[in-house]
Amino acid sequence: MGGLPAGKVKPVEHDYEDWERRGDAMMVLLTGVFGGQRLMTVDELRKNIEALGPEAYDRMSYYERWVTSITQTMIQRGVITTDELGRKMEQVKARREDACRK
Amino acid sequence: MPQVGDRRGVRAARPQYANDLPSVPARFAIGERVQVRRSAPLGHIRTPFYVRGCRGTVERLCGAFPNPEELAQQRSGLPAQPLYRVRFLQTDVWHGYRGNPADAIEVEIFQHWLDKA
Amino acid sequence: MSDRDDLGKYQPLSYFQLMEVSLRELLVEKGVVTDQAVRSALENVRNRTPERGARVVARAWCVPQYKARLLENGTRALEELGLDVPGLKLVVVENTAHVHNVIVCTLCSCYPRMLLGIPPEWYKSRNYRSRVVREPRAVLAEFGTKIPKRVQIRVHDSTADMRYLVLPMRPKDTEGWSEERLAALVTRDCMVGVSLPKRP
Repeated sequence: MGGLPAGKVKPVEHDYEDWERRGDAMMVLLTGVFGGQRLMTVDELRKNIEALGPEAYDRMSYYERWVTSITQTMIQRGVITTDELGRKMEQVKARREDACRK
Repeated sequence: MPQVGDRRGVRAARPQYANDLPSVPARFAIGERVQVRRSAPLGHIRTPFYVRGCRGTVERLCGAFPNPEELAQQRSGLPAQPLYRVRFLQTDVWHGYRGNPADAIEVEIFQHWLDKA
Repeated sequence: MSDRDDLGKYQPLSYFQLMEVSLRELLVEKGVVTDQAVRSALENVRNRTPERGARVVARAWCVPQYKARLLENGTRALEELGLDVPGLKLVVVENTAHVHNVIVCTLCSCYPRMLLGIPPEWYKSRNYRSRVVREPRAVLAEFGTKIPKRVQIRVHDSTADMRYLVLPMRPKDTEGWSEERLAALVTRDCMVGVSLPKRP
């Protein structure tokens, strides 16, 4: 990206939410920074973000890209399967919809 | 950074961060002129486009690290590749650069991306 | 978007929040990570703030031998101060009257997180990453930092395993100050190189 034409830098600060900080926390855990099993590398994270392609990259926020990339890596590594992820997401969504109705 | 002589009389660079990984021997010395290969393959690459084909000077040997191109593909990246900080004059990188002529950009580049200049 | 809106009711989750929760629950169910480990890691991430870096800078300003060791091997020098920085390979670059340093990661958002915490939004932006390598003086001016042309600017692009910290020049009129007092002048931005330390 270095050297491409771009606009002014806006010195914005962003108050990160917990689900976003968990992206950082998850990377720290899964890459084995504090000891424990190394389940992925930061290189795979970067590769999978690069693989999103320019339109998706621009549409998504920083941590949305991270969550997608980490999840993709876990699927590639066989730690989880696409089917498991799909069913879990349906389950979580239903649970949340129930909670919203109360 | 201090340099150590070897039998051939070439002044090799001492790595700033050493590890126990099997590694490719370092070929370049501090102060040596190098050129970044003008290659553009597929896959995960950590050599920025803007320095490919440019000439610079080795500022230090960071150490030898597993190749990120391979790590990204779930492979070990071994033997570890020497990683150098290479200093480029901005005027050698950007056409029409305006600033102090000594302004520089320093980039970490793996040995397999470098040729003798 | 936070979990509950102001009335204390749950909001629906976005697609990506759904993915984050699902991934985490699956990993815990499979015993790959534990909830406790996630909570500890989160706490750890929250506790890493630029104050850690400021301590290092203040020590280097006060103790010349420490500064020399910091410039020689950043990580080891950090460990001397009891700073736990797993996996960090730190290169500290010194600002002088002749050279001003600024850090970027054009390829992604590499940053000395283990020392300074999460990088700011602007550091990760397309605009910063594209332009600071090519027109550093102009970008620094947008931060209100004017570097005269007679001073060299060195931009450091963290493309691989090293992470960088700028050691700014000690502000004038701080003779005899304690490290703690000096550390209060050291902002995150001056350790990235887009600004200078606060004045006394």
